[in-house]
Amino acid sequence: MTTQHVSVTVNGEVREADVEPRLLLVHLLRENFGLTGTHVGCDTSNCGACTVHVDGVSAKSCTMLAVQANGSTIKTIEGMANGADLHPLQQAFWDQHGLQCGFCTPGMIMQSAWLLEQNPDPSEAEIREGISGNLCRCTGYVNIVKSIQQAAQQMQAAESAPAEPAAAS
Amino acid sequence: MTIEMEPQTTPEVGGMGHSVKRKEDPRFIQGQGEYIDDVNLPGQLWLDIVRSPYAHAKIRSIDASEALKIPGVAAVITGKDLEGYKLHWMPTLAGDMQMVLPVDTVMYQAQEVAAVIATSRYAAADGVAAVYVDYEPLPVIVDPFEALKPDAIVLRPDKGPDKQTNHIWHWESGDEAKADAALAAADVTISQDIYIPRIHVASIETCGCVADWDPVREQLTLHMTSQAPHAIRTVLALVAGGAGLPIYEHNIRVKTHDIGGGFGGKVPVYPGYVLAVAASFLTGKPVKWIEDRSENLQADSFARDYHIHAEMGATKEGKITGLKVKTIADHGYTDAAADPSKFPAGLFNVITGSYDFDNAFVEVDGVYTNKPPGGVAYRCSFRVTEAVHAIERMVDILAHDIGKDPAQLRMENFIQPEQFPYTTPTGWEYDSGNYGAALTMAMEMIDYEGLRKEQAEKRERGELMGIGISSFTEIVGAGPSHTFDILGIKMFDSCEIRVHPTGKVLARIGVQTQGQGHETTFAQIIAEELGFPVSDIKIEYGDTDTAPYGLGTYASRSTPVAGAATAIAARKIKEKARHLAAHLLEASADDLEWTNGKWSVKGSPDRFKTIQEIAFAAYTNHPQGMEAGLEAVDYYDPPNLTFPFGSYICVVDIDKGTGQVTVRRFVAVDDCGNIINPMIVDGQIHGGLTMGFAPALYEEITYDERGNNLAGTFMDYLLPTAMETPAWETGKTITPSPHHPIGAKGVGESATVGAPPAIANAVVDALWHLGVRNIDIPMTPQKVWKILHEKGVAP
Repeated sequence: MTTQHVSVTVNGEVREADVEPRLLLVHLLRENFGLTGTHVGCDTSNCGACTVHVDGVSAKSCTMLAVQANGSTIKTIEGMANGADLHPLQQAFWDQHGLQCGFCTPGMIMQSAWLLEQNPDPSEAEIREGISGNLCRCTGYVNIVKSIQQAAQQMQAAESAPAEPAAAS
Repeated sequence: MTIEMEPQTTPEVGGMGHSVKRKEDPRFIQGQGEYIDDVNLPGQLWLDIVRSPYAHAKIRSIDASEALKIPGVAAVITGKDLEGYKLHWMPTLAGDMQMVLPVDTVMYQAQEVAAVIATSRYAAADGVAAVYVDYEPLPVIVDPFEALKPDAIVLRPDKGPDKQTNHIWHWESGDEAKADAALAAADVTISQDIYIPRIHVASIETCGCVADWDPVREQLTLHMTSQAPHAIRTVLALVAGGAGLPIYEHNIRVKTHDIGGGFGGKVPVYPGYVLAVAASFLTGKPVKWIEDRSENLQADSFARDYHIHAEMGATKEGKITGLKVKTIADHGYTDAAADPSKFPAGLFNVITGSYDFDNAFVEVDGVYTNKPPGGVAYRCSFRVTEAVHAIERMVDILAHDIGKDPAQLRMENFIQPEQFPYTTPTGWEYDSGNYGAALTMAMEMIDYEGLRKEQAEKRERGELMGIGISSFTEIVGAGPSHTFDILGIKMFDSCEIRVHPTGKVLARIGVQTQGQGHETTFAQIIAEELGFPVSDIKIEYGDTDTAPYGLGTYASRSTPVAGAATAIAARKIKEKARHLAAHLLEASADDLEWTNGKWSVKGSPDRFKTIQEIAFAAYTNHPQGMEAGLEAVDYYDPPNLTFPFGSYICVVDIDKGTGQVTVRRFVAVDDCGNIINPMIVDGQIHGGLTMGFAPALYEEITYDERGNNLAGTFMDYLLPTAMETPAWETGKTITPSPHHPIGAKGVGESATVGAPPAIANAVVDALWHLGVRNIDIPMTPQKVWKILHEKGVAP
């Protein structure tokens, strides 16, 4: 089968591959680029385990072709932490026991990050609706909701806090 | 609301009762978990499976010639190929036989028919699409009652001349004559048919494996999604031995990595695993098989599918006097349940529940149909959910029939705290319980009296509101070796602890986490017993070359069995540490006492050695005559099962126009004995409640008359999202297990077992005044609307 060249920026790094036009984005990320944090849980876009950000928008990477993503900027779970500093959502999922088996967690965190970008101060109902495209079989969602609430509070507090004074030299 | 347990260790040590944050989480929240599809080996091939579109058909021919022309397709394996190695059938964990690939007949829709081996995932799928199979459709039996008719076609002629019937087995428990007499003498008798539908665990990660046969070293490494890796290793060795293949148990290594949810669905051996092993053996290369969601929902083992007929007798005041239950169990085309061998209907005879009465009889008949294998768990100990649903529905019907409040009727029938240990009429010895305390707490939390008043007012206005209770008793922690085995292997479990010279600990367990948090909770047990901080303890599992033999994690057995093994192994270490401390302190071992991670001289608290100092001495300064090192292993054979319990109350509102049931509030009071990690226990209950809520209102695998699976994707099989799922409210009472070393009982499945009847009871409670006595789950809007329409309530 003929291949097409794909160039994308993933987590800040330019990545390229020659792929079959039918290759799913999730397989490009997982198998060509080795970013296995993004998971596949269904064939019908229901479960959201494959959620990533494409050009800043939450997307189910099992329902998008790699060639469609050509030229785009992609963020995956592997790009959420800043070095050793966890993203507030990662920290909150850990603090609030927002995960058990962990399989849905990367997609859940990516969707939650998109949700908080759109709505930094969501109500519980807005959180539940915002993650309704992501299925979790272990947690019963209670602690996922708490995790997102914790992250929202922390991110808002960081936003409104005065910029840290420059270190005296 | 919770009855608190005071932790005995500091938060830094993090023993029992501390909500220690999970040690496994950093890798999961950063996308660094290693699930089966993340495992890739050099030179790996891909396996994909051709599946039958028919539920019952002869295979006239299989033509793989077009498939083999596709670039990348290396081979196509059929049942005839496997027959040459006697690998076309394999044993199930229930001792029945299951096809790996059919030689001539398929028995259910989506059954494996051929395997395509290719150099990539996509080429393998191309190959599957190009394999041409010529089928001759045969008559299909979907209904187990049809299957039992004398003129029904025999689905399993392979069972031999004495078993030319679709009836698999009969199992019974209790005293039929006494139950009959009690029912005949009862003031009040009720009877009810209850169907518990076929459902699927649908863990978000599907099943899969990478089989890696190394022909030079004659070593098979099987990376796979298994809740019971050691049992799988033994089964593989037996199957290979039967096939005459040179694959022996010491050269088989099963590795599980991280598992994305199990819930019972990852206990069985599926044909895909065996096909991958066979393909790796034939090609000498690693072979990966990952099922997709539709394969998972159509072909992996299913739960429930119990057709129950129950009769209950009582005095006119509502004191239960007898119970009789007859059940038809639809097992599909083979009995692939993972039940202990003496229990083909699992522990279904726990059906007398939380109630004190003398006369019960239970019988179950297993039946073959043209469906995939049924009878595995869905997050419950062997058939306990079916039992709890039946008894809790019956108790509720009795209460409504005699006009007594369902909470009051339960209170009057509960086994009382002083009656424990309590022997049930079907022979179980309940270890401990305080059922009234749990129900009282739940009633206070939800304001039961206030809700009943609100309900009366709403009924006046024609609004449909219901309140449902479930006061369940579970039976978990299989099990004592005198009674419990799977394929002959006794159901002990194990732990091995090694204390390193610098006071750090490595412990390996025979059970297998799938999200339960074993890396944290088992470390907490060791921290509790030995005083090492949790942060200094590493827990390993899921590698059969290193972990001690164990039967794995299902049926809520990890804490009751392996948790006990861990405590006992730690106590063996503590005892050796005492003798080491005596040597170091130049004191008699009898004069030492243990407090907070130290052995000290009685009456001289300044003279002590910490467990870390003792560990160092075990390798650097042990007394002559004593073995060096500080290690222990324990294989724990539980003296009894454990019996967690709880009381759940929920409130539902029903939309008269649509039949939609909304769970407005749900209070769950659980008692799982002593608690290792309150945060994790609550998480287990939240998840369990959601997997009880799901089959109560949404999930069912249905088949049409031709055996077509009508729920083969997540578009059709509805898992609840965060939108529908209630905000669970939890409470705890603590009644320790008297026979468990740390007084724990297990908790992973209680809520899945207890929740469905609470919801069903609430829905029926809302509709009882209309003449509704029972609604089988799932109580979908369509089903409820039909009832409302028939009763003239809905348009």
